[in-house]
Amino acid sequence: MSELVLDTQLEAISPRQLAWIRFKRHRLAMVSGCFLIFIYLVAAFCEFVTPYGTEMRNVQAINAPPMSIHFVDIDGSFHLRPFVYGYDMHINDDTWMREYTENPDKRYPIYFLARGESYELWDLIESDFHLFTTRDGYVHLFGTDRLGRDVFSRVFYGARVSLSIGIVGVLLTLFFGVLIGGLAGYLGGLVDRAVQRVIEVLQSMPTLPLWMALSAALPVYWSPIAVYFGITIILSLFGWPALARQVRGRFLALREEDFVISARLLGAGKMRIIFKHMLPSFTSHVIATATLAVPGMILGETALSFLGIGLRPPVVSWGVLMQQAQNYQVIVMTPWLMIPGLFVVLTVMAFNLLGDGLRDAVDPYSTGGQN
Amino acid sequence: MRGYVIKRLIGMVPTLMLISVIVFVVIQLPPGDIVTSTLDRLQAQGVEISAEQVQNLRAQYKLDKPMVLQYLYWIGNFVTGDMGYSYLYSRPVNELVWERLGYTLLISISALLFTWAIAVPAGMFSAVRQYSVGDYVLTTVMLVGLATPSFLLALLAMYAGYEWFGISIGGLFSPEYRDAPWSLARVGDFLSHLWIPMIVVGLGGTASTMRILRANLLDELNKPYVVTARAKGVPPIKLLIKYPLRIAINPFISTIGLLLPVLISGEAIVSIVLNLPTTGPALIQAIVNQDMYLAGSFLMLLAILTVVGMLLSDLLLAWADPRIRYE
Amino acid sequence: MSDNVLEIRNLAVEFKTDTGISKALRDVSFDVPRGKVTAVVGESGSGKSVTANCIMRIIQPPGKIISGEIMFSPIRTDPYDIVSLVNKDPRLVDLRGDLISMVFQEPMTALSPVYTVGNQVAEAILCHRDVTEREAWNEAADMLMQVGIDDVPRRIHQYPFEFSGGMRQRVVIAMALVCHPEILICDEPTTALDVTVQAEILTLIRDLQRELNNSVLFITHDLGVVAQLADQVVVMYQGRVLEIGTVRQVLKDPVHPYSQGLLASIPGLASKGQRLETIASVVGDADLLTSYPLTRLKDGRQVSLAPDLLREFEDE
Ligand SMILES: Nc1ncnc2c1ncn2[C@@H]1O[C@H](COP(=O)(O)OP(=O)(O)OP(=O)(O)O)[C@@H](O)[C@H]1O
Ligand SMILES: [Mg+2]
Repeated sequence: MSELVLDTQLEAISPRQLAWIRFKRHRLAMVSGCFLIFIYLVAAFCEFVTPYGTEMRNVQAINAPPMSIHFVDIDGSFHLRPFVYGYDMHINDDTWMREYTENPDKRYPIYFLARGESYELWDLIESDFHLFTTRDGYVHLFGTDRLGRDVFSRVFYGARVSLSIGIVGVLLTLFFGVLIGGLAGYLGGLVDRAVQRVIEVLQSMPTLPLWMALSAALPVYWSPIAVYFGITIILSLFGWPALARQVRGRFLALREEDFVISARLLGAGKMRIIFKHMLPSFTSHVIATATLAVPGMILGETALSFLGIGLRPPVVSWGVLMQQAQNYQVIVMTPWLMIPGLFVVLTVMAFNLLGDGLRDAVDPYSTGGQN
Repeated sequence: MRGYVIKRLIGMVPTLMLISVIVFVVIQLPPGDIVTSTLDRLQAQGVEISAEQVQNLRAQYKLDKPMVLQYLYWIGNFVTGDMGYSYLYSRPVNELVWERLGYTLLISISALLFTWAIAVPAGMFSAVRQYSVGDYVLTTVMLVGLATPSFLLALLAMYAGYEWFGISIGGLFSPEYRDAPWSLARVGDFLSHLWIPMIVVGLGGTASTMRILRANLLDELNKPYVVTARAKGVPPIKLLIKYPLRIAINPFISTIGLLLPVLISGEAIVSIVLNLPTTGPALIQAIVNQDMYLAGSFLMLLAILTVVGMLLSDLLLAWADPRIRYE
Repeated sequence: MSDNVLEIRNLAVEFKTDTGISKALRDVSFDVPRGKVTAVVGESGSGKSVTANCIMRIIQPPGKIISGEIMFSPIRTDPYDIVSLVNKDPRLVDLRGDLISMVFQEPMTALSPVYTVGNQVAEAILCHRDVTEREAWNEAADMLMQVGIDDVPRRIHQYPFEFSGGMRQRVVIAMALVCHPEILICDEPTTALDVTVQAEILTLIRDLQRELNNSVLFITHDLGVVAQLADQVVVMYQGRVLEIGTVRQVLKDPVHPYSQGLLASIPGLASKGQRLETIASVVGDADLLTSYPLTRLKDGRQVSLAPDLLREFEDE
């Protein structure tokens, strides 16, 4: 009887539920999590969400600034359907630069769930429905680049590549890290020491120059998809040591943890200890650590592509988009080309906050130092 | 202490050997080798080369030998100070790397100092005034700093320098000093250019450093030895510095070693954006052009730099923490 | 000059936590007589440490002294109320470590691992006296010798981790006494040590007290220690004082049901073979949760009792 009571009490609130309760208290982490879910959804359905494809060129608008959405037209009358104004282009007499102003005569209403450019969602489903678009004229919410391509559309297509590299890279890293770290922790002895040494060496090498060297080794004739995976593998090649180290440390620490020892003393079987006690605690830690590793991947891809040795056009990623911002004149002349950078910052920040929240939730005593 | 130093010095040898293998593999990875790229270049210029000449070239570069021998040949020369020949610059690598490496070192070290100068007081403030407005502001700034790619920071710095100070940032010297011999004026000019890369490179590490210090300090603040010292009558500021900070700084010293690769990575990309005469831009040139000896030497030297940095940080730690010294 | 070196009156302390406000001290009043050993006993969480920290004014946020006063009458200066001192008051510096000093429970962690023992003991002097480093170290060495450290000239340059737990506690005691404070507060100084070492440290504290003739506030769980050491006993429960009396009064013939329970729950003192009593079984909860003012009985002790119980005693 008393045993039964004990059991239900234990079941009543599992460690995972407890972690979830603690996580919910982390307001910023919650917000970040929601933001990330949102942006990943947008990236997944970017063909639908954006009005144009990546290669669409509006030759009338080269390096044109973002359009603003209006509800009230020049006569002061209100329209329920939002609209944008087309551009008027003229050449600045002093700088010889193109300049664009809104032309109140060209009023283009925005239609939602309307037909526009046709596309194939995930190369599977053919459609021409867009979340929003205009019937005539163009809508460039983030402006256009030097070839007249829609920055808004390209940012979200780029999100798909950059964000997925983050996840795929971390999964690869996790695979290597857990495998190698787990083996080292499990086998111990010579293997453990050898792995430790390799980890130490890899961690003591400056990653960017090595990334540069390795990605330059990717043959130019490789298809974009091959380059994509090549870069991902290169990024995770130097990411696993940190993770393996943590996995190993966690593994060793867990073996000595009070609750594992008491479970052992209570006579629980080995399998039961591993699956019921060690694995859950372990996975939550790995998830938190992996979340914190995503930003490194995204920043790595961005940096490599920015330098022109990562992903290459026609692939669109945030790094590739940032290639257009090679000098500060861009900030002065066409600041909207920096918008992909803004997305990088926001995403990385969200991942950091989410990771912090997760880590605090799974390990309330950790301080976040030293990792 | 001497025993510890010797132990660590000996421990460096296998590390460096492993690094050299990795570097060798990395520079061998790109398809083709220095001879094929030389041939390509010569053929593009319309020069015809006989098979025999090709053979000679391959023999000259020891490319006809097995990989292992090539490695031994390369590393053997490297440790004796012969780093090979850069065909990109048509000069011995030896003449090319040292000045650039020096600038890299200078920027990285000043960035490290900058990082500490900002992160330590900020982390202290944040920990002591936990959950105050100042703590939130600092944490937010650091969060944004952590999330901003360094090349973006470099661009923003260039923009800021141009817009607000009317100076064009880039390079480490003003045009008139670029090729001038070293003089006091040139040093001054150098220093006036140094601070931008210093800040941009350093800012990347500042955020994480501050977070670590804050967390470590929060851990230490209410430890019994701090309470004991407070009860002993040690005045607040001295108490903070002598007791919790002194301990919190220890794990922190050991992170210098880990910070160094990060700084050097940051330095590489920032230098490319700001067009500084350091290793970063030269390395990328060498890599893209498959100038193997040059690229390999840069990679190797950068790795040695970080390994030595780690050693120094470990020694510093041993000096700072008697528990390690007495082990 | 008052006979009491400390007079604590109606002290109340609150801790603001996530889950609400916890009242660590509700209404604590007792005196610490000069030149005597006063023991404070009570179960875990009864507010013994918080009381001690209030005297040193080292309560850290989220803790806050809500009300009350602690009148301190040192020999060297005029009496003042410790609670009313502002943070910048120079008297606060004199108070901590010079006039009053404290020995904590954890000798293993009470010393910073990165400074030598000599450095940390001498620092106590340097904080309060205008002496040279050298004089401070000499005094520290004398004090270390006095607390029974062997081979002081060598050991003074060693780090805490080179000392055993008992030795470290001796160092901590030396550090506390090196300025010859008028009050020594010991917060469970022997709990973390093994039994033989405990006895040594207790003897040391008693001998030093007799020698230096200072006042000691001794916090403990261990009624055996109280019997051995104390002149006066304060029984605390849930942030309140339930009974104050001489050792003989409280240990032999406790008046308050809680004190009786406390005694009954000690294995050695309860008659053998009998089940150990838990305190709650001895005392009705309701009696413990309401607070009654301390009343002085005819024999001089003070208790906080319900009026009807109190009347029984007065009638005897
Ligand atoms: N830092 C703190 N935060 C929140 N509450 C605290 C804190 N310190 C003390 N308290 C509260 O004060 C009460 C009294 O604590 P105190 O440490 O004085 O007990 P104690 O009698 O010394 O117990 P022990 O014998 O275990 O040392 C506790 O019940 C606790 O609720
Ligand atoms: Mg206590």
